Amino acid sequence: MEVDSPHRQPLFRWKRGVWARADRWSLLVVGVALALALPVLTVFVTALQPPGAVWRHLADTVLADYLWNSVSLMLGVGAGALLIGAPAAWLTSIHEFPGRRWFEWALLLPMAIPAYIIAYTYTGLLDFAGPLQTALREWFHWTRRDYWFPEVRSLPGAVAMLALVLYPYVYLLARAAFLDQSVAVLEVSRSLGAGPWRRFFAVALPMARPALIAGVSLAQMEALADYGTVQYFGVSAFTTGIFRVWHGMGDSAAAAQLAALLLLFVFALLVFERLSRRRARFHPAGNRRHRPARVALRGKRRWLAAAACLMPLLFGFLIPAGQLAVWAARTAPQVLDGRFLQLLANSLLLALGAALLILLLALVLGYGRRLRPWPLTRLAVWGAGLGYAVPGTVIAIGVMLPFAAIDRGLDGWARQWFGVSTGLLLSGTLTALLFAYCARFLPVALHGVEAGLARVRPSMDDAARSLGAGPRAVLWRIHVPMLRGSLLTAVLLVFVDVLKELPATLILRPFNFNTLAVRAYELASDERLADSASFALAIVLAGIGPVVLLSRAIGRSRPGYDAVP
Amino acid sequence: MPTRSMPRILLSTFCLLSSLLAVPVLAGGEVNIYSARKEDLIKPLLDDFSKQTGVAVNLVTGKEEALLQRLQSEGVNTPADVLLTSDAGRLSAAQKAGVLQAVQSKALMTQVPASYRDPAGYWYGLSVRARPVIYARDRVKPGDLSTYEALADPKWKGRLCVRSSDSVYNQSLVAGMIAHHGEAKAEVWAKGLVANFARPPKGGDRDQIKVVAAGECDLTLANTYYLGGMVTSQDEAEKQAAAKVAVFWPDAKTTGVHVNVSGAGVTAHARNRDNAVRLLEFLVSDSAQRWYAETNNEYPVNPAIPPSATLKAWGEFKADTLNVAKLGELNAAAVQVMDRAGWK
Repeated sequence: MEVDSPHRQPLFRWKRGVWARADRWSLLVVGVALALALPVLTVFVTALQPPGAVWRHLADTVLADYLWNSVSLMLGVGAGALLIGAPAAWLTSIHEFPGRRWFEWALLLPMAIPAYIIAYTYTGLLDFAGPLQTALREWFHWTRRDYWFPEVRSLPGAVAMLALVLYPYVYLLARAAFLDQSVAVLEVSRSLGAGPWRRFFAVALPMARPALIAGVSLAQMEALADYGTVQYFGVSAFTTGIFRVWHGMGDSAAAAQLAALLLLFVFALLVFERLSRRRARFHPAGNRRHRPARVALRGKRRWLAAAACLMPLLFGFLIPAGQLAVWAARTAPQVLDGRFLQLLANSLLLALGAALLILLLALVLGYGRRLRPWPLTRLAVWGAGLGYAVPGTVIAIGVMLPFAAIDRGLDGWARQWFGVSTGLLLSGTLTALLFAYCARFLPVALHGVEAGLARVRPSMDDAARSLGAGPRAVLWRIHVPMLRGSLLTAVLLVFVDVLKELPATLILRPFNFNTLAVRAYELASDERLADSASFALAIVLAGIGPVVLLSRAIGRSRPGYDAVP
Repeated sequence: MPTRSMPRILLSTFCLLSSLLAVPVLAGGEVNIYSARKEDLIKPLLDDFSKQTGVAVNLVTGKEEALLQRLQSEGVNTPADVLLTSDAGRLSAAQKAGVLQAVQSKALMTQVPASYRDPAGYWYGLSVRARPVIYARDRVKPGDLSTYEALADPKWKGRLCVRSSDSVYNQSLVAGMIAHHGEAKAEVWAKGLVANFARPPKGGDRDQIKVVAAGECDLTLANTYYLGGMVTSQDEAEKQAAAKVAVFWPDAKTTGVHVNVSGAGVTAHARNRDNAVRLLEFLVSDSAQRWYAETNNEYPVNPAIPPSATLKAWGEFKADTLNVAKLGELNAAAVQVMDRAGWK
């Protein structure tokens, strides 16, 4: 293996300044990041047109609504995810109570349920015409005006739905952070007489802050990009506005401008996240291999802890999955046929391919940034992470336009020089689709990779380099084996995300290629919820396996911290 | 994870992925379709077409605008031969964008009435959807109903449920209002309608029908095939809900019931133009038209084909004779009218 030693001369040195320092790693990082930022850049370029008459109309009528709803959604989901995720992570990682081992992984399950599907199931249950309200009316002989019932299809309803399926991001990252915290600090604070609440608020929480903020911002970005739930609930947010302007008014420039405005929120979120992480850079110190005891909860507290963990699981998974199962049991014989296995294979392979590809890119970017922490590479990596908060449809269009331009260019060139047409090489292929997944889900993997890398002390790299290992050797032989847990987490998170992904798949997929998500959506959007349940349930079941693996990966990431029987 | 072998894992995954894409080629050539109609609502017909003609059909479904964008950006190299949509407005938008070509075919001209196709032959309607009033049998006397306009009357205050103005069905309905009465009157009407809403708009057409049946409101506007789907549903609750409501055909004495079509056009750069035209002709043939009526509960575009028993039970109606292309032209104006009226 060729070794790129620190003493080697940079590749390009024809100019002083930035270029003089450009070498293979920095070029690779900037190149990959630029490519991944292409869809977002396309949106901005499309948005660079003088605002048309539609803006006047929007400002006069609905823009304030979009702003208010999107900001509320973002803040509400962030708060909800934090309030559910952080305590659950604290309880399961440090304490012992009935069902703890089980909750550890089960609390991740809601992640396997796509947000729009949980929205459908709760609407089916809680709506005016649903079984619960109908039963209430029958028992008490009420009519519509005799009682009040919370309206599920509303802004608070949308916040609740999204928080229920997005809190696992906070839980996951917080748990990894709590497990990773120096046990010594917690034990010292305990021996100094700090009670459990105090230990949580004064010691553990501040130390886990980077992880908590990372988790919350992931959840918030997902919430901003959500279209299915808000659309079904009739909550007019930025995403529904983009579609309305584009589909209803046929004004793609104004739609791009709305999307660009949405991106400003994301900028703000990401800047906030970076700033709050900058000040807190912990590399775990000291020996982590000793075996501390979990804090065994006693008496009433044991059951309170168990109940606190059961709630999110019940509302985020058991009830919606149960409803899906009830529907599926009734309709499966009519809707399942030979195509089902093909759909399942398509979904799984696509998700696996995308997850591995994205992990590779995230490793390149994360490691490159560590290797060359220059403003340019940092900016590039940061830019590549914007796609997560962009609605899948916008990303898809941002992929479609430049790819079509490349195809046209190649085709024109081939016709001119060789007299043959190359046709479409990229458009309408799986390549385009995989690229869109990369642009959208890279941040998920990058978060994991960077969080993992941050925990590897830089002195490790230095030691390896001084023993003659090049950067690539350090990555493959030192980091990758050490980060096994983080990397597995990244792969599994992306896998589950791609499995659930709908809008980009719908727009970019090739002929005769469907996935479970597409099939579930087609039936649900034709208002055949019960018929779509089998496919939705298949997505959930396919996601459960990775979720369980995920939890094991984190459990193992803290050697010596075996459960106390 | 043995990361050293990652490139190999990636490669084998991609090989597997590409093997998924193997497409069987039939002797009669092929035809490629971009369809905004859901797979279930069109695939059985396409399979019949393949069986009869030996032409392989490749299908990708999606939303109208995305498919149109795909057609536009692919330009002359587009693989698509046919664009199928569930709304005439989108077809006229495609025609304006220059991605369709005119087709003259005797079969198409005779089977499809003039108001359901483009005058120059750029696209043809395939099936008709109607959007009448659906009301609760026990709480509304059909005698109290008359026109769409009358739904804005304060006597319906708090009794009307309608889905969101994001729905193209409502956009198309308001576009029809604008076509008949002008934008100003349409806006006054929309405001009156919004004032009568029993609840903020949400959910789909079936949801509206269900809450009418359950008593949250007394009437709604919905496409007939959704009610048809409920009547023939496997779900007992849906069946019971459908039994509690009835259809009222508004505007019988004036402009007629609001209708729109699903339709198709041949793309400007179609490589399989002949097969594309054959497919269109097949879709308006008697057997295919009967399928639309029997299976999808839609009205056939060909007036000679009788609707299904379910549809017949709701009686006959006078359809608006406005050319459906007009609805597409006015769609943007309709969205703005609804925004101004506060129709969420």
